[in-house]
Amino acid sequence: MKQFLRSVSLVLTCLLVVLSTGSALAQSQAVPPAVEEVLQKLPEASLRETGELVQQLEQVGGAEMRPLFETMLAGDLYFHKTSGELMAVQKNIAGELIGRDVFTGAELGVQGRRDIKKIRVNNRLRGQLRDAIGRIDLLHGSEAEKRTAVLAILDDLSANNLSLLQSAADVGVSKSVGDLIELANAMVRLRDGSTTDDRLAAIALMDDRLEAPVRNQLRRLVDDENEQDAAVKAAAQEALENITERIEFYGQMEQLFFGLSLGSVLLLAAIGLAITFGVMGVINMAHGEMIMLGAYTTYVIQQLMPASIEYSLLVAVPAAFLVSGSVGVLIERGVIRHLQGRPLETLLATFGISLILQQAVRSIFSPLNMQVVTPEWMSGSLAINPVFSVTYNRLYILLFALAVFVTLLTILKKSSLGLNVRAVSQNRDMAKAMGVRTEMVDAMTFGLGSGIAGVAGVALSQLTNVGPNLGQSYIIDSFMVVVFGGVGNLLGTLVGGFSLGVANKFLEPATGAVLANIIVLVCLILFIQKRPKGLFPQRGRAAE
Amino acid sequence: MNAMSNLIEKMTRVLTELRQPGKGSSMLVGVLLATTLAMSAANLLLPADSAFYVSTYTITLMGKYLCFAMLAMAVDIIWGYCGILSLGHGAFFALGGYGMGMYLMRQIGDRGVYGNPDLPDFMVFLNWQELPWYWFGMDQFWFAVLMALAIPGLLAFVFGWLAFRSRVTGVYLSIMTQALTYALMLAFFRNEMGFGGNNGLTDFKDILGFDLQADATRVALLLVTTLLLVIAFITSRAIVQSRLGRVIVAVRDAEARARFLGYRTERYKVWLFVYSALIAAVAGMLYVPQVGIINPGEFSPLNSIEVVVWVAVGGRGTLYGAIVGALLVNYAKTRFTAIMPDGWLFALGALFVIVTVYLPQGLAGLLQRFGRSESVQAARREEDAGSDSGISTREVNA
Repeated sequence: MKQFLRSVSLVLTCLLVVLSTGSALAQSQAVPPAVEEVLQKLPEASLRETGELVQQLEQVGGAEMRPLFETMLAGDLYFHKTSGELMAVQKNIAGELIGRDVFTGAELGVQGRRDIKKIRVNNRLRGQLRDAIGRIDLLHGSEAEKRTAVLAILDDLSANNLSLLQSAADVGVSKSVGDLIELANAMVRLRDGSTTDDRLAAIALMDDRLEAPVRNQLRRLVDDENEQDAAVKAAAQEALENITERIEFYGQMEQLFFGLSLGSVLLLAAIGLAITFGVMGVINMAHGEMIMLGAYTTYVIQQLMPASIEYSLLVAVPAAFLVSGSVGVLIERGVIRHLQGRPLETLLATFGISLILQQAVRSIFSPLNMQVVTPEWMSGSLAINPVFSVTYNRLYILLFALAVFVTLLTILKKSSLGLNVRAVSQNRDMAKAMGVRTEMVDAMTFGLGSGIAGVAGVALSQLTNVGPNLGQSYIIDSFMVVVFGGVGNLLGTLVGGFSLGVANKFLEPATGAVLANIIVLVCLILFIQKRPKGLFPQRGRAAE
Repeated sequence: MNAMSNLIEKMTRVLTELRQPGKGSSMLVGVLLATTLAMSAANLLLPADSAFYVSTYTITLMGKYLCFAMLAMAVDIIWGYCGILSLGHGAFFALGGYGMGMYLMRQIGDRGVYGNPDLPDFMVFLNWQELPWYWFGMDQFWFAVLMALAIPGLLAFVFGWLAFRSRVTGVYLSIMTQALTYALMLAFFRNEMGFGGNNGLTDFKDILGFDLQADATRVALLLVTTLLLVIAFITSRAIVQSRLGRVIVAVRDAEARARFLGYRTERYKVWLFVYSALIAAVAGMLYVPQVGIINPGEFSPLNSIEVVVWVAVGGRGTLYGAIVGALLVNYAKTRFTAIMPDGWLFALGALFVIVTVYLPQGLAGLLQRFGRSESVQAARREEDAGSDSGISTREVNA
């Protein structure tokens, strides 16, 4: 009986201890004791001691230490002054300091500014941390991490690093990483090799690689006065020319991509106008402000759902369509309807509306630019090869512009609204006689065009500053695109937008951005004199 | 046959319409001259503490308004009488202004911050060694004036010749004029252009040897502005009332018909466009010495479109309406921006909407309507709805 009571009390005591220190235990459980021991020294260590500690940590902790090193490298590693607990601290949108467990990422709540202290790092330490992360990545990391690590080593082919590469190759790597390791070995052979054949073979391996270190090594070799081996030198020269040629090709590709990206922006801005101006024949000078409203809607949506920024754009697209679309319907019902058949008056009245909208936004928000956050999945870039990469936001916006275009085309060609719109635009009186409610169709068309402008605003908020003047800067360009492509022709708008974008970007290196813009504008003015109906004029009686 | 009689009927109606505001016009000229003379006398002769003293600030402000009035008249000539809505007349105004600005810049001589006798300050700042070729001769007043007229005139001629010959009309033309002034704005913002870039030309000292800060110079500039405005007004009225003017109105109302009757409509349009651009350039030339600065902001499309609203408020196709509209709107702007700066754009925007929707003939139309019987009013309204945008009915239906 006594035994039993004792064991019960033991269990209870244990339970109590576990309960009281529960959180602390849960945290330290993830970390092996040997590491814990080193970690406890961190807060007190000097900068030099920290370096040694990092070395120890890498030895005892291995791959598990990667998040710690990353946090340290970013300068986010803090410790609590009273408990000595290590944590990663970052500001959230509201400006509060949020602590997280370094290893598990579990939230530790808001931290007082005075309660925590940063673990200092200097440049030497940062280099050491980067190396350590590289080593961890190379041996234990994912495919992409291994690649980055090997690429970093190409810059610094020390014996130490080479043995590291060897051990990585022994662990087993994929083909592309294997190729990179082979490249590193080739570079070493070219540098240290003794026979001509050996070095020529190395050059042959390096011939079509675009990595910068390869280029640098070849250039050094070609420029090297002391290099005796003429055959190697000639081969290096040839390889270098080969590589330069390919780089130039990819430079052109990059230029083309930038041009297409600008074109997609122009297309997005102009596509709503292609409906209101091209199909309805209404000059809407407030079109730019519809784009601006879309961008501000994005901002408001992000303010409303700060916790899920990642999905904010998906919500913003329909929201912006509704906001801009309904403002468009209001404008049509309130003003444009009364100015039927008087295009110049419509132009002036809608310009007045654009001034009012701009000032309204300035009064409601502020004259300053608003901060629109770019979600994680839209930042960063897709590296196609070492010299050619495309940023995700531009890529997505290009795809988005095309998607919007196709959707709009489908609506106009397949839906009954589209049928009515085309009928009214071709012959208003006849459409009315056939029972089409032209007033209704006008309002819907204008709403559709304005809504699309709002959607464009969501996309543009990811590329440019969101301010009251956002729309103004696009209005002239959009009109130019529509007129250039041919009024009333959506496909013309597509071609017009992309060709203007590409032309602009190909002129830019020679002339600079502003002059390129001016040249394109002047060429457009001259072009319209020559062909007033644009690239693809509407044919048939309806056009006259 | 029907079309012919229709046209004749329309023309006679236009003619009677044109003769009517004649009385109001000479009254306006009288009022303008009397007001500016009285203001000048009050500024120069009365002591500063007198109740009737007019400050130099007011003199300059009035001079500025009158320059704007001249610009508005230039727009009215082509928009009101020929149906060409130019959204880029600010470009001609600014080019004229830059011509005068270059002269004034050279007059500074070695009194600039850097004390360089040849180069304006901004060129010294940019490390330029010598004057660009297009600055040569600008230190001569007559040459500067010639250039300030020739360049906008030439631009208007080339642009108009290209546009009107290929029959670019209506909103297309408006958008292209806007693109033109936008392109010029971007160009003048560049430092490499040699026009002072972002800051433009400023810090002027004197004109023809007279100190620009002196009261007498200010008053003289105001009087010159008034005189030139009156001359431009009388000339323009003579033009629109002549045979030439009748053809121009015919081009506005039915360009195709006028063409079929054997008139080379594009020639009339080009020359009227150039004439209008020259008046705008003169306005710009008078504007710069009074305001004391010219920068690329004058090219901004917003400025040009604001001019159009002045004309619309005053009533287009009347000439005096443009002057009255420019004076009223600018006075309102000065008051408004002083009392509640945020409200001005709301007011301006509302003005655009209200005038176009409810007052298509502006204040002048309102005045004329008072003096008429009901039946005439009805006829007018019918006409308003039909073809007052300057685009023939046929084109509107397209």
